[in-house]
Amino acid sequence: MSLELKNLYDDFRDGETIKAYAKIIAEDAKRLKTPLNIMEVCGGHTHTIMKFGLPQLMPENITFIHGPGCPVCIMPKERIDHAYVLAMQPDVILVTLGDMIKVPGSNGSLQDARAKGADVRFVYSPMECITIARENPDKKVIFFAIGFETTTPMTAVLVEQVIKLGIPNILFHINHVTVPEVMAELIDSRDVHIDSYNNQIDAFIGPSHVSVISGAKIYDKFPKEYGRPVVVSGFEPVDVMQGISMIVKQFVEDRCELEVQYKRVVNYEGNLKAQELIERYFEKMDLFRWRGLGNVPDSGLKLKDEFASLDAEVVYRDVLPIAEIEDHKLCICGDILRGMAKPPECTIFGTACKPTTPIGSCMVSSEGACAAYYKYGNLL
Amino acid sequence: MTKNVTIAHGNGGEENNELIQKIFYKHFENDILAKSEDAAVIEEGKLAFTTDSFTVSPLFFPGGDIGKLAVCGTCNDLAMMGAKPEYLTCSVIIEEGFSTRELEKIVKSMKKELEINGALVVGGDTKVVPKGSVDKLFINTTGIGKIEQKGISASALEEGMSVLVSRDVGAHGATIFASREGIELESSLQTDCASLYPQVKALMDADIEIVALRDATRGGVAAVLNEWAKSSTVCIEVEEERIPVQEEVKGICEMLGFEAVSLANEGTFVLAVAQADEAKALEILQNTHTSSAVIATVTKQYEGKVILNSSWGTKRFLDLPTGELLPRIC
Repeated sequence: MSLELKNLYDDFRDGETIKAYAKIIAEDAKRLKTPLNIMEVCGGHTHTIMKFGLPQLMPENITFIHGPGCPVCIMPKERIDHAYVLAMQPDVILVTLGDMIKVPGSNGSLQDARAKGADVRFVYSPMECITIARENPDKKVIFFAIGFETTTPMTAVLVEQVIKLGIPNILFHINHVTVPEVMAELIDSRDVHIDSYNNQIDAFIGPSHVSVISGAKIYDKFPKEYGRPVVVSGFEPVDVMQGISMIVKQFVEDRCELEVQYKRVVNYEGNLKAQELIERYFEKMDLFRWRGLGNVPDSGLKLKDEFASLDAEVVYRDVLPIAEIEDHKLCICGDILRGMAKPPECTIFGTACKPTTPIGSCMVSSEGACAAYYKYGNLL
Repeated sequence: MTKNVTIAHGNGGEENNELIQKIFYKHFENDILAKSEDAAVIEEGKLAFTTDSFTVSPLFFPGGDIGKLAVCGTCNDLAMMGAKPEYLTCSVIIEEGFSTRELEKIVKSMKKELEINGALVVGGDTKVVPKGSVDKLFINTTGIGKIEQKGISASALEEGMSVLVSRDVGAHGATIFASREGIELESSLQTDCASLYPQVKALMDADIEIVALRDATRGGVAAVLNEWAKSSTVCIEVEEERIPVQEEVKGICEMLGFEAVSLANEGTFVLAVAQADEAKALEILQNTHTSSAVIATVTKQYEGKVILNSSWGTKRFLDLPTGELLPRIC
């Protein structure tokens, strides 16, 4: 096992290779006509960039903007409250993935619910719900599903199995969201504070694992319609450095294209089987409210109406709160996600708002921009 | 502090410290406690005194069990004060229905570990509670030891000193994660669980002046270094490449999004010595584990902070681990 894993990342962390890319980027950047702001959409990339100190290797005219690509961070408080309320129902076992259990809603986090006696479990694979459901036939197991295109197929497989095996006691609360819609929103949306469309994004680094499922094709419109190049990149530091180098070269050579750095896995079409499975069970919600950004059209998924009997949002409609809950007035996560501010510019960053007591979306998970700055980035 | 205690309050990191400071230290306040060392130094520096409770799940894991852990944990706390473990008490809380055969297996493994330390269990207590009140078996051990080298302290680090680890880090934490239910992982990983007194004795016998010494249990090496940096008001600069980590531990960290330096160890210590003692100390440590290494130097760059230097010239802070260790989602 270890040998294979090591092969997956070892070369992609090589110090000499990273230094070589830093040199190429610095050389090419001298020929840039204007400074370049590159948004890494995904929280995984933010984590890599901060953990490996990549901003310290960038020339002055290249800046990272940290995007909204952390599924835990962008969950609005009212949906976290849904999870909390469901967990506190008698005879319910609430199951979710990792990080989700520590995000505070208005009543507290799932961790707090667990401390008050609720049965909350985190799993590594949604399929574990089947075992839990079989061991607890007198309980309802609710899978609180979160994540981008990467985790949606796993939820779809669980839905398929629940139907196929006729398991009576598994329900779903779906919070799956999609990447291209929110990227478009970042460019299209009007900033409420200064009343303009003043986003600062010149180019995107696209997350490779999303494209493993959905293909590189989902980013087609960004170079074509929005004039923003996209390079789909892997998550190791060498991948990210190469991705940045490819973006810089596009600007220097006056190109605007969709390119794939992570060719070892990603192709244009993606995993068609997984896409088909998702389409079988899920459909787009008209609006999904993103924490820090507000309503984004067509960016969320829900179970199709024919599967409503599996949908915890339908079954437990009467107990779930519906009011939208805004973040604290001082929180500037919306600006950070649009690339208009850096975490340290926020007045409550690191004081009132810390990883242990997060106030805004970017602090709640280790993949959020503020959390990454707090943990690794205060040397800059 | 939050209204209710959560799992995060027992993680050995920030929340854990907060709970201890704001409730226990506040009311138990005294000079000995305030030192907050691995073991309390009492009787004018002659004796070290400590206690620890063990609640590990599963009870048996590759390379050890709760019994071995219960003796190692307490004896190691004594050894970390330069003390030879002498006398222990052993209290157990057993869940109704627990197998007596397993219990004996656990006690036998405690005995084996006591012999390595040359220590005796001289008292104890047994409680049985109804099913569901505890998870199978909890063990508490309290120990007392005779101090053989005085002056070991978290606040004694000075600029120019060297920091070593006694072996590769994170093996215990990674083993426990890999053997928990729900993660189907095949691995040949073993916990590092071991008694540390023999290694400490070897260092003392070679006349090495131990400046600071701590076993990197909960919170891992990251927690020890941060505590030393704060207590001694120095900066500890770690060369990331030099930290020894087994490939399998690295693999598990990759999959679950952890850092090996934040994972718990049960038989790994961090040692600070003057630079003049560095080579000799390393030689002695490598007699037991070839993986032991010099990982850091003490500087004044950012006082109270631990810095990780990468091989490509960037640096970042290594913080105290916070929260419950949870896998990242994507």
